[in-house]
Amino acid sequence: MTILHRMFKPGQNLARKVSPADLVILLVVACLAMVGVRVASNNVQTFSGPSISLDPKYLPWYALLSLGRMTAAYVLSMGFSLLFGYYTATNKRARWYMLPILDVLQSVPILSFLPIILLAMTAVFPQGIAIELSSVILIVTSQAWNIAYSWYQSLATIPKELRDATKMFGLNPWFRFKTLMLPFGAIGLIWNSVVSWSNGWFFLMAAEAFRVGKKDFRLPGIGAYLWVAADQGDSGAIISAVIVLIVMIVALDQLVWRPLVAWADRFRLDMVGSDTPPTSWFLDAINESQIVGFMQKRVFRPTGEWLDRLMSVAFRQTERQARPSLAKNLIRWVSLVLLYVLIVHSLWSGGQMLLTLNYGQWLTIFLGVFATLMRVMAALVLSLAWTIPVGVAIGLNPKVSRWAQPVAQIIAAVPATALFPAFILWFLKLTHTLEVPAILLMMSGIHWYLLFNVIAGASAIPKDLRYTASLLRMRGKGWWRDFVLPSLFPYLVTGAITAFAGAWNACIVAEYVTFQDKAYEVFGVGAIISKATNQGDYPMLLGSTLCLIFAVVAMNRLVWRHFYQLSEDRYRME
Amino acid sequence: MRRQQPLAEMRNVTMAYGTGTKRFVAVSNVNIRIDEGEFVALLGPSGCGKSTLLRIMTGLQNPSEGTVLYRGEPLSGVNPKATIVFQSFALFPWLTVQHNVELGLKARGVPRSERREKATALLDKVGLDGFETAYPRELSGGMRQKVGFARAMAVEPELLCLDEPFSVLDVLSAESLRDELLELWQSGTLPMKAILLVTHSIEEAIYMADRIIIMDKDPGRVIQTIKVDLPHPRSPKSTEFGALVDRIYGAMAGRTMEEIVEMGTAPGQPGRTRLLPDIELSALGIMLEHIAESGIPKVNIPDLAAELKVESNDLLKLTDAAELLGFVVVSEGDISLTELGQKYVDASITERKEIFASRIKRLPVFAWLLGMLEEEEDHRLSWDDVQDGLEHEFPSEEAERFIETVVEWGRYGELFAYDDGREIIYLEGIEDQE
Repeated sequence: MTILHRMFKPGQNLARKVSPADLVILLVVACLAMVGVRVASNNVQTFSGPSISLDPKYLPWYALLSLGRMTAAYVLSMGFSLLFGYYTATNKRARWYMLPILDVLQSVPILSFLPIILLAMTAVFPQGIAIELSSVILIVTSQAWNIAYSWYQSLATIPKELRDATKMFGLNPWFRFKTLMLPFGAIGLIWNSVVSWSNGWFFLMAAEAFRVGKKDFRLPGIGAYLWVAADQGDSGAIISAVIVLIVMIVALDQLVWRPLVAWADRFRLDMVGSDTPPTSWFLDAINESQIVGFMQKRVFRPTGEWLDRLMSVAFRQTERQARPSLAKNLIRWVSLVLLYVLIVHSLWSGGQMLLTLNYGQWLTIFLGVFATLMRVMAALVLSLAWTIPVGVAIGLNPKVSRWAQPVAQIIAAVPATALFPAFILWFLKLTHTLEVPAILLMMSGIHWYLLFNVIAGASAIPKDLRYTASLLRMRGKGWWRDFVLPSLFPYLVTGAITAFAGAWNACIVAEYVTFQDKAYEVFGVGAIISKATNQGDYPMLLGSTLCLIFAVVAMNRLVWRHFYQLSEDRYRME
Repeated sequence: MRRQQPLAEMRNVTMAYGTGTKRFVAVSNVNIRIDEGEFVALLGPSGCGKSTLLRIMTGLQNPSEGTVLYRGEPLSGVNPKATIVFQSFALFPWLTVQHNVELGLKARGVPRSERREKATALLDKVGLDGFETAYPRELSGGMRQKVGFARAMAVEPELLCLDEPFSVLDVLSAESLRDELLELWQSGTLPMKAILLVTHSIEEAIYMADRIIIMDKDPGRVIQTIKVDLPHPRSPKSTEFGALVDRIYGAMAGRTMEEIVEMGTAPGQPGRTRLLPDIELSALGIMLEHIAESGIPKVNIPDLAAELKVESNDLLKLTDAAELLGFVVVSEGDISLTELGQKYVDASITERKEIFASRIKRLPVFAWLLGMLEEEEDHRLSWDDVQDGLEHEFPSEEAERFIETVVEWGRYGELFAYDDGREIIYLEGIEDQE
């Protein structure tokens, strides 16, 4: 079960107390939104979007394009994470603002930024490049935070004696990175990459198919293909695209992630062997391969030795140089002044823009946030209602969980946003209102998190406690109230926190849908943002995006943090 | 005889954390010299700063005051001629035994073939041939520490520092590893010029070292240096060995002072707040009963350690606590029950709690805490409030440990209650009235 436990540990640092720095960061995020809207407001184009061919022979090409975007974004996320974590862990003074940056950015519903990013980028760059860039930025913002946080945490928890040993033996920074930091953080990096990668699919599918009214921001890729297929009611194309997507995701899992996970098992820090180490047939095949063995001996190892020597020389030279502290100080001051100017300027111009909103519009936004909150809560409650009993049944029964878990994992790997179009097609025909599909779409994005957390929680209940519960003849209501639910509590909280954020993200694409040239909407902040984007109503776009961000970050930092603390203090069984 | 230049030397070293009113002195004004060919042990109770001194000696940490000299030159940065064997081994779990040993050589740019040869030879020497490709997790504790020794010796250090390297091993492994190290050291085949061993075990220090530097805590300082002239191999059963154990116990257990000195002052008052020894409270009763049952007025502390089968470090904490509570008097390595101590032994469980409560109420730190609780309108204090009060004198980790002990003693004596969920200390009975 350790795999699940690791995967669904909260990526967020909810243990940290809310500090004034949180407010500052939130302010900076707001300022960035304002700058984005300012830039975007010069934008008057209408966007035609690409023409997508439903011919199945183009499908592999579209899949490749999507994969390329994902890879580019992942490389960027990894680079950012490594630098961020290293800087934060080695620089104590930076910590007071670096950690809040992660916390706040992690709880911002990223999709709400998509319209602003898109409009701002298209105002600056040529349309094709701008939309590509926006999708990559969006994916990065969905991938980077948990990787960065895990890396930082690994670095911060390296035992003092190991650090002393590297210093004692005179390891230079390169060796320290290679033999201490990277191995120490490897497991966290890889596991979080797996999670981030599936997050990325979710957002890429949404970004590729993003279209509001006359503004068509779609990108050639699987996400757009699925929309066109749904739009034209071509169920054959939908099915083949979903199959291609699943094949791609499963292949990546088998050929990239699983081997990496199995390989990284050597970096476990505990000194005892694990009962069920992760395995990978592909890794075994690589290890047995003659060619790889030859390459290892003749190419990789000499290259490594050469790199080591190069780095030794390089670091011996840099150590001799005096530190340019003046330049460092100068950079620090200049960046502080720039930050200050950015905040003041964007508050000024953004504030003016917000002032044009009248009382009624503000009321609409607040009601919209409230309506979406209700929808999010409904999705959360409905998801809990089915995942708790099912998850407990699976988790408490090893026989069932042995086959149910892998199956569920494959189903869960399909990003919910890829299925949105097909969902909508079906439901709009059935009900002619978006209300039911909107909530279902939100659910489809979140219930897997909950299910896996419940399974993990149920299977982690100690056997002795289960025996005691049956010896005490706990049954029915009492069994749930006094035994199962308290045992699950930490897992439920963790799952709910992630699910909550996911549901907010979904609101942008779920509350306003253009389908077969007809716009469907339900009242909510997601619909307000989408409509504002469509009509070029920039004050409204800014106001509603800010309100959404503030509301979600506040709830996350205040309400969920409370539950998280409670679960850690009272219900954690360790 | 002309005094040779010491290999390593510490002059007036003080280590303090924080500034102003929050200044905490961990180690105060320490002078140590280590000569070539010497095996020196640094012996002291936990928390006396002996590991800190070792870090300072190797250059891992800079002292707040004073200097460290190596071969007469002041040390700046990590001393490349020194190395450490760590208590927790500090092996890299993802590197094989061979690669762990090669690590220091690799950092020095030694070519691959030479590294291999040297590591293999060293592993041979410590008796680990055949385990080159094993990972540390496959080895027993004793074997892991052998890798630690081989790794340290690979870089041919002149000064080998041992940071309690045997303390997490089981008794048998520790014993055999000690013997093997001594054998290697005395054979003269090792590159080391001197060994500095940090330990809290009196027997280990006498067994191995030529000279023992005894430290005490609050603040960490050197109290005595004892030369050990016994020939190797030393037998712990011999009378000379026993006499030395007695002598060191006598130095370390100290002598019961006047009450006012013994108890220290309240936090925030001038003078030093007495840290409470973190003992197992139930063990206190067992020790007192044992002294009472022995039937003699004065019990020898080393004998007591042997009879109770506890480590010297733990026993000294217990005698320290018993002294503080006024149950025993300690002088010259002997311990005897006071009248109160006898009363405590004869009492029932509830009476014992009452005696305990009445005794700890007299300690300034409890008086201070109870006073604050009385003053508060709702008779509650948060952990953080108490910590704030103590952080004027102690660094926050130390303060936290201190409060943990205070809470444990206070709960045991039923002076106050503690709510772990909300981290609140409150006066008993208040909660019930709500």
